[in-house]
Amino acid sequence: MSGIGAALLNSLDIGLLLFIIAVGLNIVFGVLNIINFAHGALYMLGAYLAFTLINLVGMPFWAALLLAPIGVAILAVIIDRLLLRFIYSRDVADSLLLTFAILLIINESVRVIWGSGIHVVQPPQLLSGSMELLGSSVSTYSLFVIVVGLLLLAGLWYLFNRTRVGRIMRAAALDRDMAEALCINTRMVVTGVFAFGAWLAAVGGVVAAPMRALDPGMGDKIIIESFIVVVIGGLGSFPGALLGAIVLGLIHGFGGRYLPEVNLLLPFLGMALVLLFKPNGIMGKGATA
Amino acid sequence: MSKPILTIDNLTKRFGGVTAVNGINLEVMPKETIAIIGPNGAGKTTFYNMVSGRMLPTEGKITLDGQDITGLPPHKISRLGVSRSFQINNIFPEMTVQENVEVVLSAYHGHSRKLFNIASRNTGIQQEAVEYLKRLGIDGLRDQRAEVISYGDKRLLEIAMVLATQPKLVLLDEPTAGMTPDETRRTTKLVKSLADSGDYTFLITEHDMDVVFNLADRILVMHRGEKLFAGTPEEVKNHPEVRVAYLGEEEEDAVEEANP
Amino acid sequence: MKTKILMGLLAVAIAGLIAVPWIASYFYIFILTEILILGLFAASFNLIFGYTGMLSFGHAAFFGIGSYATALVLIHLEWPFLACLLVSMGASALLALVIGFLSVRLNEVYFAMLTLAFGMMVFAIAYQWRSVTNGSDGLAGFTLGSFGLGVDLILGNPAVYYHVVLVIVAIAAVVLYLICRSSFGMILKAIRQNPERVSFAGLNVRTYRLVAFVIAGSFAGLAGGLMAPFLRVASPELLHWSMSAEPVLMAILGGTGYFLGPFVGSAVFVLLETWITSFTESWMLVLGIILAMMVIFFRKGLLGTALDWWLEVKK
Repeated sequence: MSGIGAALLNSLDIGLLLFIIAVGLNIVFGVLNIINFAHGALYMLGAYLAFTLINLVGMPFWAALLLAPIGVAILAVIIDRLLLRFIYSRDVADSLLLTFAILLIINESVRVIWGSGIHVVQPPQLLSGSMELLGSSVSTYSLFVIVVGLLLLAGLWYLFNRTRVGRIMRAAALDRDMAEALCINTRMVVTGVFAFGAWLAAVGGVVAAPMRALDPGMGDKIIIESFIVVVIGGLGSFPGALLGAIVLGLIHGFGGRYLPEVNLLLPFLGMALVLLFKPNGIMGKGATA
Repeated sequence: MSKPILTIDNLTKRFGGVTAVNGINLEVMPKETIAIIGPNGAGKTTFYNMVSGRMLPTEGKITLDGQDITGLPPHKISRLGVSRSFQINNIFPEMTVQENVEVVLSAYHGHSRKLFNIASRNTGIQQEAVEYLKRLGIDGLRDQRAEVISYGDKRLLEIAMVLATQPKLVLLDEPTAGMTPDETRRTTKLVKSLADSGDYTFLITEHDMDVVFNLADRILVMHRGEKLFAGTPEEVKNHPEVRVAYLGEEEEDAVEEANP
Repeated sequence: MKTKILMGLLAVAIAGLIAVPWIASYFYIFILTEILILGLFAASFNLIFGYTGMLSFGHAAFFGIGSYATALVLIHLEWPFLACLLVSMGASALLALVIGFLSVRLNEVYFAMLTLAFGMMVFAIAYQWRSVTNGSDGLAGFTLGSFGLGVDLILGNPAVYYHVVLVIVAIAAVVLYLICRSSFGMILKAIRQNPERVSFAGLNVRTYRLVAFVIAGSFAGLAGGLMAPFLRVASPELLHWSMSAEPVLMAILGGTGYFLGPFVGSAVFVLLETWITSFTESWMLVLGIILAMMVIFFRKGLLGTALDWWLEVKK
């Protein structure tokens, strides 16, 4: 019982973290119709920035959680204004190529600035240690991740369904020309959405930092995971991102515990299976060529 | 009494809460020219999309020459003899005008499977392509890049490509849209001669009523996804509901939602 | 007239390439061997990208499989080199069939994501499957025996190996070129420009994309098979997405619109890499910046821009 309980909590924890990251990817795709290959790199930047703020500047974790994502969002605005704006009117392929180039640049920059070694961020005092839950001991920090995930989930749902900003984003996602005709400044929406996606990725990075060791390869791992999430769940679908993230979380949680040898392959197999039977993802549409 | 070449049975398309096409019934006889008219948003393009395989009908059946083609993918329907043009030019922009037709011919004749011939030496296909271009009056443009020729010529190229698969049934989607009056006259004459030749059956959607009355044997009037009336041009001209619905509706064009 | 000039230049270049071992040092022999192999890799990528319009970020999967296949056959079966290369092509074609089948059904965004993900899956397998692939250390210690077909060659000699690579790459390039110029190739070009119109002309676009993908995969596998003995090791790095980025950059550098573009791109890439890695470890950073600049400002690539200008302007 405790084994399953632990695996479940682990799954939820991983799943919600993945959701935070994948939903940013999904939102950018929904509005801009591009996959930001650099999304994982932005997640990594969030983690490394938090590391610098906490370990080198001496800020508390909460301050880093607030500031680091803002820093990454600002960087995203710069990337958009300086580079991406040339590409938006072109073929989708050019956007993919450019975000891929940005990925290379950010990845290597992280390596240059912070070195190839591993860095560690400690969780704040309040959240370290463990608690008794479902018959097993669970790290308090994992619970924190779950709470943050749920809060963001609720916040995003509210944003998209109840606010004007959310409606504008949905309108722009459905029809760029129509949105422009209605005098919505799509230039600003585009930059804003891109920055928002980056912000979400960075939040994921800061939240993940105390859970994992920081290394320059963490961005690569997470972007692949994000791809698997959106493929399983369906690109452009908000509930799909949640579903995909939970599914992948379960694969990791239970796979890691009961099938450790093939654990690395399970996510890919899961993705391949979904593709065979539901190429649009479980909840997506319009993916077929 | 010959059998219809195309039978549309209760054809319906729903997108979520919106019904774009609702229960259309139609029989098209071989060699006929049928014009489909109706304001924007009446469902004409959705109707075409279903007949050509681009969209899956929600309900209903489409029969071509006795064969059920409902829900078949576009390439299969094309092989069975249906060919369509598009409202927005659907050509190969970076190829020359002649190459555009050559591609279609190559596909039609099964040459596309050849991995080791040299396409540029395929004189048979090249000559045939020029024939089609001549028929449409654009063979003078054959070596021009397709994206630089005039809009009207692009539409003619589109028609040439449509004919190159030697279809039984041709669906033209607003062929004269965006053309100058001169180009429109030319195109109408051309389509008329093609229709008169008896080689094809035409379905044509059009907004230009002169073109419609010039070409059509029968007219199908659509309104809000439904068949309002179908009959000869004379019957349509005098039908009271058509006059109100169509002519009155034209002012509301801009507010009507665009066809998906 | 202009085509004749270009043909002449090409002939001179080929003559030059043949003569290299007698007129240049070992350094150039090594560089050119690498340029030729990677050029083939990039040209195979361009079949699906430049011609068919599919952007794959996982092409290294086929390159890497080709390397591992040749290495494994040499280690366990000691077959002649040509036989190894055929196995490499077969293995990569099979992998391309599987990955392609799952991926070509989907639009370009999904396709890019999927090819990246599947490529990394193959990387993960190679990294983990110690018993077969020796994990992160890779496979080494294989030597080339005979060439095959009764041809007696000392493949261990770099100059000899260079000529073998030159001949094989040249033949492969000619085959690829013929495919590009065929009716099939014309359809691929049409698919890139307007897949819908192609399907309305009666062709199943997915099938054509898949065939192109498999052909491209098998030629990438051939390149990989040539690479393994050259590097003397088959390692997981050859499967990583950073390796998949190389043909992408080479194709864009040289120009995706002309058949020889990727080869030009390969030459520029290898020379740049050799030069830049001599004073910094951050080659990936430079690569990223170059790719970004090329995509934004020089989308047609070096050869592409040059040829477009020359052929249009001086009519």
